Amino acid sequence: MQTHKTPMPEQPPQLRVRNFDEVALGYTEEMALQEAARCLNCKTKPCVAACPVNVHIPEFIQAVVDRDYEKAYHIITETNSMPAICGRVCPQETQCEAKCVLAAKHEPVAIGRLERFVADWYMKNIKDAVIAPSPNGKKVATIGAGPSGLSCAYDLAIKGYDVTIFEALHEAGGVLAYGIPEFRLPTWVINYEIGRLLELGVDIKCNVVIGRALDMDDLFSRGFDAVYIASGAGLPNFMNIEGENLKGVYSANEYLTRVNLMKSYQKDAGTPIRQSRAVAVVGGGNVAMDAVRCAKRLGAETVYLIYRRSEEEMPARLEEAHHAKEEGVIFRTLTNPIRILGDETGQVSAIECVEMSLGEADASGRRSAHPKEGTEFLLPVDTVIMAIGTSPNPLVTRAIKDLETNRHGCIVTDAGMQTSIRNIYAGGDAVKGAATVIYAMGTGKIAAESIHRSLSEPPTD
Amino acid sequence: MYRIVNKKQLNQFATLMEIEAPLVADKAKAGQFIIFRIDTQGERVPLTIADYNRDAGTITLIFQAVGQTTTRLSQMNVGDQLLDLVGPLGNPTHFDGAKNVCVIGGGVGCAIAYPQAKALFRESARVTVIAGFRSGEHVLLEEELRQVSHSLFITTDDGSYGEAGFVTTKLQDLIEAGNQFDLVITIGPVPMMKSVSLLTKNYGIKTLVSLNPIMIDGTGMCGGCRVTVDGALKFACVDGPDFDGHLVDFDELMLRNTVYKEIETHRCRLSEGENHADT
Repeated sequence: MQTHKTPMPEQPPQLRVRNFDEVALGYTEEMALQEAARCLNCKTKPCVAACPVNVHIPEFIQAVVDRDYEKAYHIITETNSMPAICGRVCPQETQCEAKCVLAAKHEPVAIGRLERFVADWYMKNIKDAVIAPSPNGKKVATIGAGPSGLSCAYDLAIKGYDVTIFEALHEAGGVLAYGIPEFRLPTWVINYEIGRLLELGVDIKCNVVIGRALDMDDLFSRGFDAVYIASGAGLPNFMNIEGENLKGVYSANEYLTRVNLMKSYQKDAGTPIRQSRAVAVVGGGNVAMDAVRCAKRLGAETVYLIYRRSEEEMPARLEEAHHAKEEGVIFRTLTNPIRILGDETGQVSAIECVEMSLGEADASGRRSAHPKEGTEFLLPVDTVIMAIGTSPNPLVTRAIKDLETNRHGCIVTDAGMQTSIRNIYAGGDAVKGAATVIYAMGTGKIAAESIHRSLSEPPTD
Repeated sequence: MYRIVNKKQLNQFATLMEIEAPLVADKAKAGQFIIFRIDTQGERVPLTIADYNRDAGTITLIFQAVGQTTTRLSQMNVGDQLLDLVGPLGNPTHFDGAKNVCVIGGGVGCAIAYPQAKALFRESARVTVIAGFRSGEHVLLEEELRQVSHSLFITTDDGSYGEAGFVTTKLQDLIEAGNQFDLVITIGPVPMMKSVSLLTKNYGIKTLVSLNPIMIDGTGMCGGCRVTVDGALKFACVDGPDFDGHLVDFDELMLRNTVYKEIETHRCRLSEGENHADT
């Protein structure tokens, strides 16, 4: 049998660094069949348990083998409302594929690629309209049109709930729209998934900031029976080092929002972005990878990725790190910035770094990093992008009296995503801090289930 | 949505627009702002709410055409609609029960000073307004400001209207003449807010400044609006836009506000060529 994953066709690096088109081109039918044949259809199905939304993986792969792609799609969407998105952005190597029994000896089945194939096939070939279920008379509001809010809304809408999503930005999608670049997740894919929600009767109200324009009392007095808070992680973190407010220092959120949501790479876009020659991005997650790759596409000649631990500890998806390297991004691992230097006009001129060494693993299992004395050095750059995580946004939580939050400001919930207040649920990054799209979707599903259970119970007093 | 229901030219530079935005009008308070977008390619631009009418569901914006977007906005007319408008953003101004307040507006900043003076006047504080302009032709809202203040002083840099000189000179005169202000609120160009804050620091008078840095979302997500206040990192949209003027790093703010100046200037020159826009 084939010991390696069927390779994914891609735009060649020298070509793709000049455009924002999708990098991974997707399997052809032949490739999908070849890859699907690798699945052993084993009894234990460890992949399913490792998926945050428990997609019935062997079953959908079997449907691919049977060339019944429509059936495969329906098997996936039984538990995952956005397969075209998850097939593209999930960190499969630490989830389903990590537990694949093939992975013990060979490469695991390329579950993510197959999921994407099935979703793309369906989007291309099946035009059936979504059938909206008959309404059950109950209203639910979700705060935030990111992956968590969308997934919760979908699960409730198919049960007949009247769902309204309130979104602060002018477009739905949350991090899918403002954070993840076009070359990794095209806008048409997001719009397809959002279009399905609209067909189900979900109302998306953009430009409404809950906590400012409307608060919880307003929502309940407008007849909502329950509220799901999926407002995301929000505030970008900075390092608190000298020079972080110089001209040319961005948070990754700002940089990516300018590029992705505001399309500042297009000629007629009203939102400006810096014309950088040399860029340093600080961080080792997917957001950092998105930032370095956007900087390359915007024409920067030299792009550094600065990460304080080694490549092994990087939280980014393997594929993203691999793609970034192919595109010419220079990885400076075991390196940490200590200050940013500016010229006489306040523009960034360099970033001073120190080499790091790794110590013992800490309580979280990650090895701590320590600066090596006397190893300071300068990298000449004109732009610095901080991609070192985010803190929960206080706007929504501040506006809700008695809502319990932890010391990081994350909303506290029980296992069913119920907060300390009756009929208010929360999930995604607002609860976990920065996590993944699929985690956010998973909590949206759990919340939808809890809300359904609670609202279908006869009132007990 | 977001239909322009009233438009008035306040002088040859400043435009007033009343816009339908019921959710915003319902919650707006003095000191808060909105972000708008004109079309799908447009940038998101923050503007402070100059006034609101909860019954009519409208808010009032007063702005000067300084960039590409505000120039285009100034060319729109009654009946036209903005594509997006979100708000109210930022925290309302906390007056902390001040009883004798000097509100200082500079240029189009007077449009933001106006709701502050109005709110204080309604709360029965003694309100002195100093409105500073470059010259007589820049003067705006004189009558409105007079109606919400006990004393109104207009200053112009060139002496072509009101009293000649800067707002700081007038403020110092008033303080030296024995006015016991317990709060100064200043809104306008950053150098003016800096000068006022330096002056009031000498007299130990609490001073609030309203900052309008570069921002995108206005809800804390982008971090573009970060300012240093008392040595700490603050986001104008979630922590402000009002801050203690004695603690703000104004020099850094002025620097950060020029990040896109070259691109903006370039674009304005381009659009001037096409539209002969007054920038």
